[in-house]
Amino acid sequence: MKINLALAQINTRLGDVQANLEKHLALIDQARRDGADLLVFPELSLTGYALQDLAAAVALRAEPENPVFDRLLHASRDLDLVVGFVDEDRRHRFYIASAYLSGGKVCHVHHKVYLPTYGLFDEGRFFAWGEAVRAFDTRFGRVGLLICEDFWHASPPYLLWLDGAELLIFTSSSPGRGLSEEPQLESARWVEHINRAYASLFTAFVAHANRVGYEDGLHFWGGSTLFDPNGALLARGPFDEEAVTMCEVDLSQLHHTRTRLPLLRDERTALVRRELERISQSQVVNERGAV
Amino acid sequence: MEPAKIDLTINTDLVRTILTGFVRSEITRVGFERAVIGLSGGLDSALSCFLAAEALGPENVLAVRMPYRTSAQDSLEHAQMVIDALGVRSLTVPISEMADPLFERFPDISSMRRGNVMARLRMIVLYDQSEAFKGLVVGTSNKTEMLLGYTTLFGDSACALNPLGDLYKTQVRQLARAVGVPEAIIAKPPSADLWVGQTDEGELGFTYAEVDRLLYLLIDERYQPQECVAVGFEVAFVEAVVERVRRFHFKRVMPPIAKLSNRTIGYDFLYSRDWGT
Repeated sequence: MKINLALAQINTRLGDVQANLEKHLALIDQARRDGADLLVFPELSLTGYALQDLAAAVALRAEPENPVFDRLLHASRDLDLVVGFVDEDRRHRFYIASAYLSGGKVCHVHHKVYLPTYGLFDEGRFFAWGEAVRAFDTRFGRVGLLICEDFWHASPPYLLWLDGAELLIFTSSSPGRGLSEEPQLESARWVEHINRAYASLFTAFVAHANRVGYEDGLHFWGGSTLFDPNGALLARGPFDEEAVTMCEVDLSQLHHTRTRLPLLRDERTALVRRELERISQSQVVNERGAV
Repeated sequence: MEPAKIDLTINTDLVRTILTGFVRSEITRVGFERAVIGLSGGLDSALSCFLAAEALGPENVLAVRMPYRTSAQDSLEHAQMVIDALGVRSLTVPISEMADPLFERFPDISSMRRGNVMARLRMIVLYDQSEAFKGLVVGTSNKTEMLLGYTTLFGDSACALNPLGDLYKTQVRQLARAVGVPEAIIAKPPSADLWVGQTDEGELGFTYAEVDRLLYLLIDERYQPQECVAVGFEVAFVEAVVERVRRFHFKRVMPPIAKLSNRTIGYDFLYSRDWGT
């Protein structure tokens, strides 16, 4: 099966959901005309990133009763969508979230499970921690969603791989940092390296949509990428410019790569589980100072 | 003796792209199209002016020269070189007539006080032009002088946005060369030009080349002072710089507000400056 996968690296208006929604709908229309099957927006694409005390004011629920999602769901009838937003649960906890919409329905909502709260980041102050990493079925196969810091840790992509994900969709609002003589910032190069590594290690497609623009002094660098199960770069968006980067993806590459390289078949999950349990136990012991 | 990894070389094409984008974004998102810059004739303001002209178009940049009676003639000429090279709009507003009545009132006024008064008068002129020209004041402070506190609070440090604040002086020089700042400006000794013969490095007691390497370890690489000594920096130099960074921190933050209520500006009333834009 071949699909047209599109990565929308947009700029956003900080805290202005309505303006960001209109931009989403315009790009969705354009992508539909261009023949896209799946359009991926970055982390917090409906709200902007450095929300701080705006988090509660811009929070949504991914359900048809919500007027923002009503329009997005309507737009998803013939084009699958990934959008970024602040999700408010029934107990009024706020999550950084991504929703996969298809055929007018919400297929899956992922809550960011790693909230960076160090250096320039302060997400843990404003948001609740997600509690699940789950792959889900779509009309294009099994998919896993992760948000930025989630894939700076190796375990969430690993779990999605074991859970059957063939297409890993990563979204970011990644502030660029780390100057040197290199033509791209350290953070941009790091993200691209690990995405290529995940594609190679997990013999899966890895799509990454990263936003562009500025918020105060933070600069978001774009450079969205798509890697195939061999770790080959299929497409890369421009740096520092808004763009929709579309690429035809031949999903049969999974068959070819995984026949050649049966890493998933040979993955020893029972061994991993045993060792994780042992390590967890010994960490408990260590923390009690008994070693 | 020093670690090989102190390398302040930057990719100037990348920094140029990011900083011109930053100037354009931060000015246009709040409904402005124009910038106002105080042009001293020195390196930092020349570079800020080059970046602003590239970001907004030279017709949208107002460069203001604000000489005092004792300002070096070189300074005026070098500022004019920038104006001519870029084709930005320009204005010369001497500050002597504003400063002198205050100086005459205090005959024993120190050089430090005089310098601070001049820096703050220039701020007044720039913020007045900000309203007249409908442009935002683009700052010119670099990371080195901000960390060392080598700046006048509410004077040259006052601005709406600061494109150079995360570049050490050594890096400012690299970027200036790459964007075409005239070599005469890049090559001359840095000076605040607040009194005759003043140079930054003379006043600070060390060179930018030295202190930038030390600051890079202390700030960017999070070295402890004793680790900097261990890799070859002199103890007295390290101690002096560490103390300057601490002592002048007040210049880098907003004044503290005494917390009384349940929600206080700066503590638990937290919004980005770019809120809603």
